[in-house]
Amino acid sequence: MLITIKYFGQIAEVTQKEEESLEFSGVLISELLEHIYSKYNALKNEGFQIAQNQELVSLETKLSGKEIALLPPFAGG
Amino acid sequence: MTNRYNRHIILSEIGQEGQDKLSKAKVLVIGAGGLGCPVLQYLTAAGIGHIGIVDFDVVEISNLQRQVLFGTASLGENKAEAAKKRLEDLNGSISIMAYPEKLTHKNAMALFNQYDIIVDGSDNFATRYLVNDASVITNKPLVFGAVYKFEGQVSVFNYNNGPSYRCLFPTPPKKGAVPNCSEIGVLGVLPGIIGTMQANEVLKIILGLGEPLSGKLLCYNALNSQTITLSINRSSSEIETVLSKKESFHTQSVEEICDIEIDTISITEVVNRTNLQIIDVREIHETPKIEYLEITSIPLSKLEQSVDSIDPEKQKVIFCQSGIRSKRAVSILKALEVNNCYSIVEGAPEIKEFYQELLG
Repeated sequence: MLITIKYFGQIAEVTQKEEESLEFSGVLISELLEHIYSKYNALKNEGFQIAQNQELVSLETKLSGKEIALLPPFAGG
Repeated sequence: MTNRYNRHIILSEIGQEGQDKLSKAKVLVIGAGGLGCPVLQYLTAAGIGHIGIVDFDVVEISNLQRQVLFGTASLGENKAEAAKKRLEDLNGSISIMAYPEKLTHKNAMALFNQYDIIVDGSDNFATRYLVNDASVITNKPLVFGAVYKFEGQVSVFNYNNGPSYRCLFPTPPKKGAVPNCSEIGVLGVLPGIIGTMQANEVLKIILGLGEPLSGKLLCYNALNSQTITLSINRSSSEIETVLSKKESFHTQSVEEICDIEIDTISITEVVNRTNLQIIDVREIHETPKIEYLEITSIPLSKLEQSVDSIDPEKQKVIFCQSGIRSKRAVSILKALEVNNCYSIVEGAPEIKEFYQELLG
């Protein structure tokens, strides 16, 4: 399926883009994440949460969404 | 005589009754910086009856680009005290307390207990996790805001049994892993926008108006004006873990918070060890299977319910497909007080290849 991935904050700095679409046929969120890591190795050093269709999900959640977001924590104030 | 709060009172949704609620409310703001300044300015203008300001830091010239309560005359002054001075001029009819000190595990509970709502305008993870945990333990709603360069996040935690910050980000990043404004810069107007949104959430909670951002994280991008709102679920285990530390809370230190590291181990070291339990946290359908070892299979999704099948006497080494889920497994087990767990750096394909070569 065609998936749009959104990158926020420090994550977008690693990927050098805020959004991209890719064709992916895995079952779990973790499989998609492994695919993303294979594209952007430096992401392995970043902490973030994953949202699918605007809802926070865990790695073992089934991939069902069209839109995935990689969301890092911000400390600044 | 025109009332100071006339523009609130003539709104049928607020009225004198709503304004009285504001004047009875007690709000504690942590940090009088980029976020704290606009929060404090609007809460004071709105007539919040009791406001507390915690900040140990002093005003510097580089703060004036975004910390709008201060002027050149405040340079070198403590921020909590300088803010109080400016705010008392803005509205002399409310009570403002300045706490020119660092928020610590020691003083947090006594401070939080005196207020109804906590606002997080701090600038580092150690304080953010401290603020979250103290809000959970004292059962106070927490209005959260944070910024990074051109992006901001806003949420309301611990509100009506909603999620906490740890339900969103369970473990703090390692020290230095995520830079703050002083290290990396921030668009001055951004904390103005995010802080004003936080003040809006505070008013909504007190007035019972609209829908506070509980169970939701609002992400704002100042460059493309995009706003995305994500749903967050409450994690009972994260909240229980915080609550279980209630009695010893005052003895913890801020430094401890950000030093939770996941122990990792390479497969090359695993071979030399004995008395091990090797755990595969992949789902049952995932391949390759590793035939060379005695392996306990516990998919990550069932880990919390399967603690009984973990041997407390043995050292636990955990693997998955790439070394990501295994790290998460170690952190889940740590939270459940299952110690002596290591995440194998390599994934299943590399582990299989390693044993194939080793055993010829």
